[in-house]
Amino acid sequence: MKQMVDTSNAPLCLDGLEIRLGDRTLVSVTADVAPGGVLTVMGPSGSGKSTLLHALSGSLAPVFTLSGRAKMGSVDLLALPPETRRMGLLFQDALLFPHLSVCGNLMLAIPRGAAKGRAARQALAEEALAAIGLEGFGARDPATLSGGQAARVALQRTLLSQPRALLLDEPFSKLDAALRADMRALVFDHARARQLPVVMVTHDPDDAAAAGGPVFELE
Amino acid sequence: MPARSLTQAGARGRAALPAGLRFVPALTVGLLVVPVFVGLLSAVLPGLGYFPLLGGTSLSLEPLRAIFAAPGIERSIFLAAFTGLASTSIALLLTFVLLACAWNTPVLGFARRLVAPLLSVPHAAAAVGLAFLIAPSGFLFRLLSPELTGFSRPPDLLIIQDPLGLAMIAGLVAKEMPFLMLMALAALPGLHGQRRQMVLSSMGYGRATGFFVAIAPPLYRLIRLPVFAVLVYASSVADVALILGPTTPAPLAVRILEWASDPDLSGRFQAAAGALVQIALTLSLLALWIAGERALGWLWRAIVLSGWRGTAGSGGSAVRAAALTVSLVPVVAVAIGLTLLVLWSFAGPWRFPDALPASFTLRSWMQLGSGAWELIGTTLWVAIVPTLIAAVLIIGCLEVEHATGRTGGSRALLVLYLPLLIPQVTFLFGLQFLAIVLRADGMIVSVMAVHLVFVLPYMYLSLADPYRRFDPRILQVAAGMGMGFWRRLFQVRMPMMLAPLLTALAIGIAVSIGQYLPTLLIGSGRVPTLTTEAVALSAGGNRRALGVAATLQAFLPFVAFWLALAVPAFVARNRRGLQVA
Repeated sequence: MKQMVDTSNAPLCLDGLEIRLGDRTLVSVTADVAPGGVLTVMGPSGSGKSTLLHALSGSLAPVFTLSGRAKMGSVDLLALPPETRRMGLLFQDALLFPHLSVCGNLMLAIPRGAAKGRAARQALAEEALAAIGLEGFGARDPATLSGGQAARVALQRTLLSQPRALLLDEPFSKLDAALRADMRALVFDHARARQLPVVMVTHDPDDAAAAGGPVFELE
Repeated sequence: MPARSLTQAGARGRAALPAGLRFVPALTVGLLVVPVFVGLLSAVLPGLGYFPLLGGTSLSLEPLRAIFAAPGIERSIFLAAFTGLASTSIALLLTFVLLACAWNTPVLGFARRLVAPLLSVPHAAAAVGLAFLIAPSGFLFRLLSPELTGFSRPPDLLIIQDPLGLAMIAGLVAKEMPFLMLMALAALPGLHGQRRQMVLSSMGYGRATGFFVAIAPPLYRLIRLPVFAVLVYASSVADVALILGPTTPAPLAVRILEWASDPDLSGRFQAAAGALVQIALTLSLLALWIAGERALGWLWRAIVLSGWRGTAGSGGSAVRAAALTVSLVPVVAVAIGLTLLVLWSFAGPWRFPDALPASFTLRSWMQLGSGAWELIGTTLWVAIVPTLIAAVLIIGCLEVEHATGRTGGSRALLVLYLPLLIPQVTFLFGLQFLAIVLRADGMIVSVMAVHLVFVLPYMYLSLADPYRRFDPRILQVAAGMGMGFWRRLFQVRMPMMLAPLLTALAIGIAVSIGQYLPTLLIGSGRVPTLTTEAVALSAGGNRRALGVAATLQAFLPFVAFWLALAVPAFVARNRRGLQVA
């Protein structure tokens, strides 16, 4: 089980990471994201913000060419298939699996090694729900949750999957203003508590301000 | 070259496809193309006199000459051309009339719901039902007799198997219209009808006129291949022709079938030459059709550029209602026909002018006895195996497409339509040749293999869109959670796509159950299914036995479609976010 080597305290190092489409360079970035720190990537739509996240998560469309390195500790992320990179993704939509209950969504995320047996996994999931004030919501249909509730479940689902880093793609843009601040705080607090490096793509300056880390502008 | 190796690593990281899957698209293309071409070749060569097993070792025009010497051959060719062109034109016209009257109205939603069950009705069952409806001793005359017609016995009219093939045309229209409708309904959303209609009505165009001005031409362009497939099918169809078509002489495809099943093997030369003629005929019809497209295009431009707005005012809605009614006649006819199948299968004594049987009995069903179970078993088996194989192949193809981002484009579409654009009777006859030589005819496995060729295109067409529309971010999230390819496929994508997946399976089963020629020719008559049984019984006089066979043939696909609706609805009863049908 080499994958289980603990790299959660390692920084995410982007070293000359470059994404090109034909002869056009969309993104060229060198940055170290400290554990618990946030790298905010801003730029107009079409500037390749999301493409950078695709490159890191391993879902870059084959039309793009990718060069440079992305490492965490000794792990060379770009050499791994998406499922072993363990990049926790959060989008503006919660994207909960509609065919599973809320609890099922969370149980699916828990790595096999993290809990033995169904009961133990379910207990972990219930615990995660309680931590976001959604006790007893386990049996619910995800489609019946409010936007804020779904966003929190999505965050817990990602965290339960024990990611190495978080990749956020305009994660707060669909929440209304009051919820947005709460959700930001929740996500960044959890990332800090678990020492997860975060890359956040956004065009909301408030997101960048709340993150407090370096801002990388794409043109 | 670190940059390059990283690029490859990145690409490998993304695709992460199990190695075996990469070969699926090529395999699938092969399964569609090879049988068609091999079959075509083994039909064409004997047609030109080359068939070493029967002593023909050099090319000659002798078989062709013999064909044109066969009695009534010109008439057979004419009938194939006439029924093909007429049924395709009428089906297309009615489809467009229905759409013109109904687009952006609730009627379209109603039509949408009717399309799938109608499409699931096998050609043979629909044809038998129509025969029960319009024959001189059929339901229509029973309703009108003796009060209106004065008939106390069936009139001596040649309505079914009429010399011009009108009954056959009616049967084909009733079956092809739902198919064209389905294709049109699938293409329509891309044309932004609602927005166009607002623009058009602001310019003074009514609903139907606006449709013909702005929607019909691009829509036709999108459903052109299906229209071609309909024309090819209608000009070379055998089962509908056997049930409803003229007999002396019969349309070309039926003649080929007769020659092919001639115990005297030299009949095979004749059948092969007939297949050649059929190909030439179908190609000519396609050419004629394309010329017709041009001519209509000219006409359309002349009318539209003149600024014609149709009949304004209150007359319009009456015309529209009338047109709508006419376009729904085939649908209603099939529906009544199906009811008549069931009625006949349970009918006790049913003398002529009586509208309904004097009593109902289970006797016809009992008489089928254990043979029925065997027939149902073979039919289902021959349908389910190719359908499941096709599903695996199609999902493989679509996964490769998803991972590589490469769709096959228009060339892939053409490959998909290939088995539908070549007259069945020609390449199937060649394949039968080959199967006999290889001693593979009459085997259930061979029949399944051929069914696969016909099941694949329809299933692919039905599954590709929902597959491509699937939100890729869901899969990215799943991968980020550590789920590998198979877990993403079986725990995320398949359950979320249960409804379209089951619909595709139901379509596969319906298409397979509808296949007459492949089952008959490759099975060499030794793999009887409900379809071959229904067509065989249609030649005899036992309406009750025919009713039973045709009812069963229509019932099985119906059950498949019902399950495809009911199962996802049941699974999603507590899951509002899950897409149902």
